[in-house]
Amino acid sequence: MNLKISALQFTRDVKSGNISAEDFVAKTMERIQNVDDKLHAFLSLNDKAVDQAREIDKKIKSGEKIGQCFGMPISIKDNICIKDTRTTCASKMLENFIAPYDATVITKLKQQDAIFVGKVNLDEFAMGLSTEFSAYGPSKNPWNTDYVPGGSSGGSAVSVSAFECVASLGSDTGGSVRNPASFCSTVGYKPTYGLISRYGLISYANSIEQIGPLTRTVEDAAFMLNLIAGLDSNDDTTVNNNSEDYLKDINSGIEGKKIGIIKEMIGEGIDPAVLYATKDAISKLEGLGAICEEISLDMIKYSVAAYYIITATEAGSNLARYDNLRYGYDFSVEGYEFNSYIEKARKKFGPEVTRRMILGGFVPSAGHAGKYFLKALKVKSKLIRQINDAFKKFDLLIAPTVPILPFKIGEKINDPVSLFLIDINTVTANLTGKPAISIPYAISNGLPIGIQLIANSMDDKLLLQAAYALEKTVKLPEVPI
Amino acid sequence: MTKIGLEIHSQLTKLESKLFCSCKANYREFEPNTNICPICIGLPGSLPRLNQKAVEKATMIAMELNCSTPEKIAFFRKNYFYPDLPKNFQITQLNIYGDTSVGGKGIIMVGEKKIHITRIQLEEDPGRLLYEGSSEKNQITLVDYNRAGTPLVEIVTEPDFENPKEVREFLNILSNLLENLGVSDPSLEGAMRADANVSIEGGNKVEIKNIGSFHDLEKAVHFEITRQQSLHSRDIPIIQETRHWDDKRKITISSRSKEEDLDYRYFLEGDIPWVRIGNEVKEKLKAEMPESISSKKQRYVSKYNIPVQVADVLSADKFYSNLFEEAHTKENAKEVANIITTDLMGLVDTREKRESSKLTSSHLKDIVDSIQSGKIARNSAKNALYEIVKTGKKLSDIISELDLGNVSDESELSKIIESVISEEPQAVEQAKSNPQTINYLVGKVMQKTKGKADPKLTLDLLKNKIS
Ligand SMILES: [Zn+2]
Repeated sequence: MNLKISALQFTRDVKSGNISAEDFVAKTMERIQNVDDKLHAFLSLNDKAVDQAREIDKKIKSGEKIGQCFGMPISIKDNICIKDTRTTCASKMLENFIAPYDATVITKLKQQDAIFVGKVNLDEFAMGLSTEFSAYGPSKNPWNTDYVPGGSSGGSAVSVSAFECVASLGSDTGGSVRNPASFCSTVGYKPTYGLISRYGLISYANSIEQIGPLTRTVEDAAFMLNLIAGLDSNDDTTVNNNSEDYLKDINSGIEGKKIGIIKEMIGEGIDPAVLYATKDAISKLEGLGAICEEISLDMIKYSVAAYYIITATEAGSNLARYDNLRYGYDFSVEGYEFNSYIEKARKKFGPEVTRRMILGGFVPSAGHAGKYFLKALKVKSKLIRQINDAFKKFDLLIAPTVPILPFKIGEKINDPVSLFLIDINTVTANLTGKPAISIPYAISNGLPIGIQLIANSMDDKLLLQAAYALEKTVKLPEVPI
Repeated sequence: MTKIGLEIHSQLTKLESKLFCSCKANYREFEPNTNICPICIGLPGSLPRLNQKAVEKATMIAMELNCSTPEKIAFFRKNYFYPDLPKNFQITQLNIYGDTSVGGKGIIMVGEKKIHITRIQLEEDPGRLLYEGSSEKNQITLVDYNRAGTPLVEIVTEPDFENPKEVREFLNILSNLLENLGVSDPSLEGAMRADANVSIEGGNKVEIKNIGSFHDLEKAVHFEITRQQSLHSRDIPIIQETRHWDDKRKITISSRSKEEDLDYRYFLEGDIPWVRIGNEVKEKLKAEMPESISSKKQRYVSKYNIPVQVADVLSADKFYSNLFEEAHTKENAKEVANIITTDLMGLVDTREKRESSKLTSSHLKDIVDSIQSGKIARNSAKNALYEIVKTGKKLSDIISELDLGNVSDESELSKIIESVISEEPQAVEQAKSNPQTINYLVGKVMQKTKGKADPKLTLDLLKNKIS
C-alpha cells in the first residue's frame, strides 16, 4: 500500500477499485502508530476511522452515491471543532472541551465522505510559528526531528509530510499554514479572506485569519478548496465564489503573466540558501513565459509590528471568555469571587498566550491606543493601498515563504522578538486579505525551503494556476522518515 | 440649574429571534439556560450572525426620532469582564470612529421643549444574574443566559431635562412611539431599562445605573436631585461617581466598583461586516413604518374635526387608536373618539384590564350607531361599555338585559309628560311665553325616565301639549 499518493490519486484509486478505503485508512492509522511517537503530530485519534472507511467501501460496492473524498484520511488542526470531539487548541484551558457542533468545513467534508483520522498539534491557540508552544509538547520536523516543523499548524504539516494522512486543514493568521508547509515541504494555502467559512474555527485574530489546506500537491489544494469554499450563512464574512471550480484549467500556465518580486521580503537577514532558491524560482517562472520585476512595498517594514498589535488586541478579546466560569477547571463554590477566578484561570495559559494577552490588554487601552493600536490599523490600511496598487501592475507577487531555514527545537524559544521577525514574509497576505500559497521548492542541507506566491483578492484560481506551473518545475527528494 | 441626561435601553421585544442567533428574542417563558445555543453563550468557534430585521427595526426607531442615519453601520466590541457576559465582551455600536451607529443626532419634542438625541445604538443584552441566599456572606450568584443576545436599542439623550416631570413626559412619548412602531412592548418586565446622569447647579455629574423600569427612572431622578440638593444646601461637595438604583429601597447607592474607570478597549467587530443602509433601504423601511403618532393626530383633527386634546390622547396610544381606526366612519368619528376618551379610558386604564377586556371595535361601532339613531341615551353608553368590557356580550342583549333602551313609546312617554305638566304649572306658563325654557321640562322628563327618554320625541310631544 502506497501511502504517498496525492489526494486526487487516492480518490481515483478508490473509485476504480484499485484500493479500498478501509485498507488505506487502516494502513494510515498503522503509520501514525509507527511514526508519531517520534513526530508528535497528533493530539487525539479517531478510533472509529477504519469502521467509517469500511462503511464507505460498502456504499461504493452497493452503488450508492458517494462523496468526492471516497474515505480520504484527513487530519484537522485542533482549533477546528468536530462535533463530540475534544478540541483543545493545544491549551490546558480547553483540555476537556468537547465541541457540541461541527465547523462548516467539517460539515462539508463529512458530506463528501472524508474521514478524520485525528486532531493535530499547534502552538497554543495558534500563537506561534514553531509548534513549540503547544501545551502538549512540540511536534518535530520529519525532515530532521531535531528541528521545528514550523507553526502554528505544525501538526498539519508534519502529518501530511510524513504520510500520516493525505491532506490536512490548518488555519493561517500570520503564516500559520504557509510557514509549516514551507518548513515541512508540503503545499500550504491561505485563501482570500472570506473564501472559506471560519464557523467552528476557534478565533485567535478573527479579522485576518482563514482556514487553509495543507496538501502534497497544488492540485490537491485546489481540490480541497472546491470542497470547502463559498458562502456560509453561519459566517457573515464569507464571500460568494459562484461555486468556482479551482481544478478546471489549473494547467493554464503563466505565459505573459506579470510577477512582482517583493524587495522587502528578500532583503536583510535572509538565508543565502533561501535567496538562491527564490532567484532560481524566478528564473524558472521567466522560463515559463512570466515577466518578473522587482517591486517595493515599504509598509512591509512595519507589517510585523502592526500584525502583533492587531492580533494581540483581537486575541485579548477572543480569549477573554476563558474565565474559569465556563472553561478551565473545577472550582469550589466557597469563596468564589469572579475576578480572582479569572486570574486563576489565566495562569493556565502558556507563556506565549500570556505574553500576547498582556500585550492585548495594553496596546488598545485608552492611554495607548493612539500610539499602538490605531497606528497599527493605519499601517494595515496603507499596506492594503500599496498592495492594491501593486496588483494594478502585476498579476502575482513572489517571495520566499520564510526568510530562514527551519531552526532547532529550543533554539529561539527564549527570544520571542526574533521569532516574531520570521513572520515578515507571511503577515502581509493576512493583513491585506490576499490569497497566498507556499510551494515546496528546494532542500538545503536536508531542510526544506518553500516559495510563496501572492495574488489579488478573489484571484485564487490564478494563484493556483501559477503555483501549479511552478510546482511542475520542481523535483524534490523524499522525506527521510 | 438641574441637568438630566438619559440612556434608555429598550429591548426589541417584537422580534422573533436574538440579535446574533436564532434563539427566541422572547426569553421570558423559558426554564433557565434553555433558550441558548453555541452563538449566544459564546462557545469557542461560534460566530455572530447579524439579524437583519433588528437592524431594520433599529433604523426605523432612528428615523422616527428624527435622527440622522448613516449610509453604513458597524459593530464594535466593548471589552469587560462580567459573569453575565458570555464572551466577556459585548457587541455594540459606537460613534467614536465616525458615525457608524444606526442613529445619529436627533430631536424629540416634549411639549414645546426640544430634547436632543445624541445617538441610537443596536447591541446585545447580557444574560441575567440571580442572587440566592439570605446574607451577603452565603449568597450564591446564579447565571441565566436565556436573555443573552436579545436585541437591545440604546437611546442616549443630551442632558436636556430640567426636572423629573420632563423626564416622565419624555418617557411617555417614547414608549408610545416604540409601541406604535411595533418594535417593542414597553410594559413587559425588563423590556425598558435606563441609566441617568444628574447634576445640579453646574456641579459634578452623577451616574445612576441599573434602573429597571420607566416608573423607577422618574423616581430615581427625583431621589437623586433631592439627595444632591440636600448635600448642596449643607455645603457638602457632590462627588462625581456612579450610583446604583436600589429598587427595593427606592434609593441610589454609591457603587463600590470603579466602573467609571473601566477601559473598554473598543475595537471593530471583525466578524460582522459593515452593513450598508442606502437610501433605497431607508425608503423601503419608511413605507413599511406604521403612521406616526403626530401624523395620526393631525389627520384626526383635520379630517374628522376632532378637538386637539382628544386627538392627542387618542393618537398617542396604540390600543385606543387601533380601536378608533376600526370603529369609525366619516360620520361617527367624532362620537367614537369621544366615547373612547371620555368613557372607555377610565374602564381599561391598566395593562391587565386591557388584556382581559372583551370589547371589540364592532361593539364600539354599535354603541355609537345606537346613540346616533336614538336607540340609547348617551348616558347609558357608559353602563353598556362597562358590561361589554366585562362580558363581551352583544349591545342589543345588554340593552334589553339592563333595560337601557330609550323610552320611545309615544303613549308611555305622553303619560309621563302629562304628569310633569301637572306638577310644574309655573314652568309650563313660562315655557309658553319663552320657548327657550322648555328645556327645563325636558330635563324633568329625563329625571323621571332615568335619562332614557328619547330626547327628540320628548321635545316634540312637550311642544304639542303646551301649545
Ligand atoms: Zn442563541
